[in-house]
Amino acid sequence: MTDAALIWSYLASKPLLWLAATLIAYWAGDRLYRLARCNPIANPVMIAVALLAVLLWLTGTNYESYFDGAQFVHFMLGPATVCLAVPLQANLAKIRKALVPIAVALVAGSFTAVFSALAIAWALGADKGLLATLAPKSATAPVAIGISESLGGAPTLTAVLVLLTGMIGAIFVTPMLNAIGLTDWRARGFATGVAAHGIGTARAFQVNDTAGVFASIGMGLNAVLTAFLAPLVLQLFL
Amino acid sequence: MVPALSIILIFQLVGEVISRALHLPLPGPVLGMVGLVVALQVIPPLGALIRPAAQGLLANLALLFVPAGVGVVAHLPTIAAHGLALAVSLVVSTLLAITVGALTFTWVARLVGSNPDD
Repeated sequence: MTDAALIWSYLASKPLLWLAATLIAYWAGDRLYRLARCNPIANPVMIAVALLAVLLWLTGTNYESYFDGAQFVHFMLGPATVCLAVPLQANLAKIRKALVPIAVALVAGSFTAVFSALAIAWALGADKGLLATLAPKSATAPVAIGISESLGGAPTLTAVLVLLTGMIGAIFVTPMLNAIGLTDWRARGFATGVAAHGIGTARAFQVNDTAGVFASIGMGLNAVLTAFLAPLVLQLFL
Repeated sequence: MVPALSIILIFQLVGEVISRALHLPLPGPVLGMVGLVVALQVIPPLGALIRPAAQGLLANLALLFVPAGVGVVAHLPTIAAHGLALAVSLVVSTLLAITVGALTFTWVARLVGSNPDD
């Protein structure tokens, strides 16, 4: 074997290469996102995923080998979910003052997200596994991945659907709610957090601070509610 | 850093054990999150201890989705076969859910007199 082949066979068998590639790809995605002035279409995660997918294809690496390295990043989703407690607790006072609208809008928004997604996909011929994969797509990724796993869906496909959901929300929310004429920033932010989780929340913070705080509340509460709601609503379509 | 990470991992661990022991539909980390909200409320000094680590992790939350997102390469046939169903479902349901949620919030807030300027 040549030196290059020896080095490659070493790299291909250790986590170092794909761990480094994951961080570098995200770094590149984040730079491009900033260059695009934080336009939600230039989502850094989507850019990183596209770069890595091309790299895997070029090097003939399968997803399992890639994940051996990337799993260290993936693992941190669990601790990050626990950390959502910090902003949630910091805003408990604001939640208390709008408790009734929050509770009703949470149930309405969360149910609409799960039910309409499943109804449309079911009507267009999606099978059982795909419905289980789709059901938690409005919840924040670490939670959605966990729910998808427990429902018998494909967690990695769920992750992609979650990202797309967030991007769709982030791109359309401002022009759409302006057209409807809704002016309560709490309502706008909260609904965005419920339907479009962290990516929607990041967008809400760009537009208005109150909207951002309520979006993070919506995202946190919907993470909990979707875990209960997704299995129940899924039963209706099986 | 070590105390903060230890506390975060303890909450995740306890959440995971409870979720599995009681066969709950909630993933372990979500239970850990709920537990930590309660703990932060009851023991205020805990907040100062874990806040820097928590904020660092949450500031880079998007990075953590990348490995799972790359999993799309293993699902290209599914996406090709059900592309239309998935696309229509995602766009319509997301926009519908935002609209329904925002309108509901506004109506109920008006009904119970919860003012945006409070």
